[in-house]
Amino acid sequence: MDLAELLEIAKKERASEKPVQVRCCMAAGCLSANSEAVKKSLDAAVTDAGLEEQVQVTGVGCMRLCCQGPLVEVKGEVKQSSVDKPVAEETLGTLYEKVVPEDAPSIIGTLTGGETTVQKGDLAQPFFTYQMPIVLENSGKVDPERIQSYIAAKGYQGLYHVLREKTPADVIDTITRSGLRGRGGAGYPTGVKWATVAKAKGDRKFVICNADEGDPGAFMDRSILESDPHRVLEGMAIAAYAVGANQGYIYVRAEYPTAINRLQIAIRQAQRLGILGTQIFDSRFDFKVDIRIGAGAYVCGEETALMASIEGKRGMPEPRPPYPAESGLWGYPTLINNVETYANISPIIRKGAEWFASIGTEKSKGTKVFALAGQITNTGLIEVPMGTPLELIVETMGGGVPNGGIVKAVQTGGPSGGCIPASAFNSPVDYESLAQLGSMMGSGGMIVMDQTTNMVDVARFFMEFCMDESCGKCIPCRVGTVQLHHLLTKISEGKASMTDLALLEELCETVKFTSLCGLGQSAPNPVFSTLRYFKEEYLALIKQGAKV
Amino acid sequence: MNSASAAQPKNSKTASSAIHASGDKRFKMLDATIKRYQYQQDALIEILHKAQELFGYLETDVLIYVAQSLKLPPSRVYGVATFYHLFSLAPSGAHSCVICTGTACYVKGAQTILTELEKSDNIRAGETTPDGQVSLLTARCLGACGIAPAVVFDGAVLGNQTAETVHDWIHRCSAECTKEG
Ligand SMILES: Cc1cc2nc3c(=O)[nH]c(=O)nc-3n(C[C@H](O)[C@H](O)[C@H](O)COP(=O)(O)O)c2cc1C
Ligand code: SF4
Ligand code: FES
Ligand code: FES
Repeated sequence: MDLAELLEIAKKERASEKPVQVRCCMAAGCLSANSEAVKKSLDAAVTDAGLEEQVQVTGVGCMRLCCQGPLVEVKGEVKQSSVDKPVAEETLGTLYEKVVPEDAPSIIGTLTGGETTVQKGDLAQPFFTYQMPIVLENSGKVDPERIQSYIAAKGYQGLYHVLREKTPADVIDTITRSGLRGRGGAGYPTGVKWATVAKAKGDRKFVICNADEGDPGAFMDRSILESDPHRVLEGMAIAAYAVGANQGYIYVRAEYPTAINRLQIAIRQAQRLGILGTQIFDSRFDFKVDIRIGAGAYVCGEETALMASIEGKRGMPEPRPPYPAESGLWGYPTLINNVETYANISPIIRKGAEWFASIGTEKSKGTKVFALAGQITNTGLIEVPMGTPLELIVETMGGGVPNGGIVKAVQTGGPSGGCIPASAFNSPVDYESLAQLGSMMGSGGMIVMDQTTNMVDVARFFMEFCMDESCGKCIPCRVGTVQLHHLLTKISEGKASMTDLALLEELCETVKFTSLCGLGQSAPNPVFSTLRYFKEEYLALIKQGAKV
Repeated sequence: MNSASAAQPKNSKTASSAIHASGDKRFKMLDATIKRYQYQQDALIEILHKAQELFGYLETDVLIYVAQSLKLPPSRVYGVATFYHLFSLAPSGAHSCVICTGTACYVKGAQTILTELEKSDNIRAGETTPDGQVSLLTARCLGACGIAPAVVFDGAVLGNQTAETVHDWIHRCSAECTKEG
């Protein structure tokens, strides 16, 4: 396989494209709304109308407005024999929402002048227009189950250039200059991490893709894997070349069967074309990727626990240092990055570090994918430049709370994060600003809560999560979370005194500073942030208790 | 006989080495998986996944069998099996209904669904209906938060669920069983 062959595949794929594209979302949200049957009946409707020559139905990844699924997008026009209208490539397609299989004939009918009553979506609404797709540039466009589709979208060209024209040091330098920071939560500079692994000494090295996505309310990584799996594989291969690894693992949670299936297909297809395996692109670089499936433990998202789990053990965190970069999987130097981090690599290689660094804020470069969910009109995925104000995301793009409700807070960063009150919505979203607000970027879950939400209850909810998910290795976390949960329950039931509140705050400090891993260290965060912004709710519950 | 007991794995009491004495075919299939992983001890979690898929849950016998095959101490196998939420050491109902209690589903009413079910069907999370038909479980985020609250009925995820839709489904499962019985 060389560049000419790669370009040939792309050319052939584009040439085979028919004038009208009918794209049907086959990602998790829409699949659970029966989109598989919708696609089948679209196929049948095309055959019935005798339009096979001109119309192509493709199963694609997430189109982002998941709450309106199943979504179908129609692009292009059927050429009528008399009027030969040009195919308007640049115009927006037509988006159909909540499509049921019975809608297919009328949707296909519109291509030959028919009418349809199927609900239409507005592709020119702010939800779409404020997005800046880099990570999701192929999502909803390419067929995730066909490597040709990814290659036609310039896929694997970055890997080719890296292997044939660049040294590992060049690659690391590009990633460093791009300013990319890890998307798994903490925001550690990716280039620095790669350089550390590259420098580390070991006969073998590994790269791991963290696809555990344990934060409840986050589904970006799932969507990326389901919509564009090759993108992640390409990123991993480039990383492996840069740090000197020949074996990769993707650790995916078992709750994501579609993502696992598509990754398996993608790996097989890439191997067959010689893009993964030995002597990739006829270079001297070998790289093999295997999938490891999680078994339901939030703590396995923590990197040392994740590696223990890959080794077939209980996923219990280890003290660091040594960091995985020095001593990771089976004691060898290991690079571990998040799904979205890897998904950013190929465009950076293709378009350059300066291009990427020009997007976002001074310290947070590029875009971030957020999973918008909760009490909000438009739920789904959004990808926006770092630094976009929260207000724009929640009110303008998300459309606020449905039925005239009022937003009270947004929860970001999952159990390690916090609740940001509506009064702070002019804040931009980047690593530093969110930290300043007492929350964090986390993996990118954004859950909107309206005025009916009880914030003490929310804090208790997260504490229950941490209590259940604590691995039990260290006492502050194992015992502390149980006691914190007990105190929060007492408060929310109106049975607590001011002494309990003081105890709560004190215990939060203890758990935060004495726990071994990030789970325990951040477990008190939701309590801290609700106390910071919504203390009156705690006080009201305590007062109410005092009266009884 | 109802479908619940039919679906229940045969309880084989005898554990032995390589070839399982019970003659249960599922052990043969498990063996094939273990071989495919070349008896590697670090494939333990993959093998337990397969075992649970074959047997429905991880009975003690199966755990001992896996331990012997991989030459691991049974305590290690038991330790792993109990650490991860997705491994179950007890049999479950013929059908399963998993309610997502992740944050997005929680704020959209997953808790209400659970409370209502407790009232109307007298069943709690983690329990199986008295007729052995439906096990009610909870999960932390299925990654379908865009259509919260989400529920998994026998492996199929459905979004925008309410207490009624879940209640109806549970009743349909029970009704089917009475019809068959
Ligand atoms: C309790 C806990 C859970 C975590 N869960 C995840 C996760 O689900 N996905 C993820 O990518 N990182 C998770 N992390 C962060 C990882 O440990 C690690 O920092 C990250 O994968 C590094 O990748 P990055 O540099 O690309 O961000 C978690 C950390 C902790 C402490
Ligand atoms: S902080 Fe909690 S999850 Fe982390 S090692 Fe300690 S007990 Fe385990
Ligand atoms: S899953 Fe179909 S639009 Fe997101
Ligand atoms: S919170 Fe329920 S699917 Fe994510």
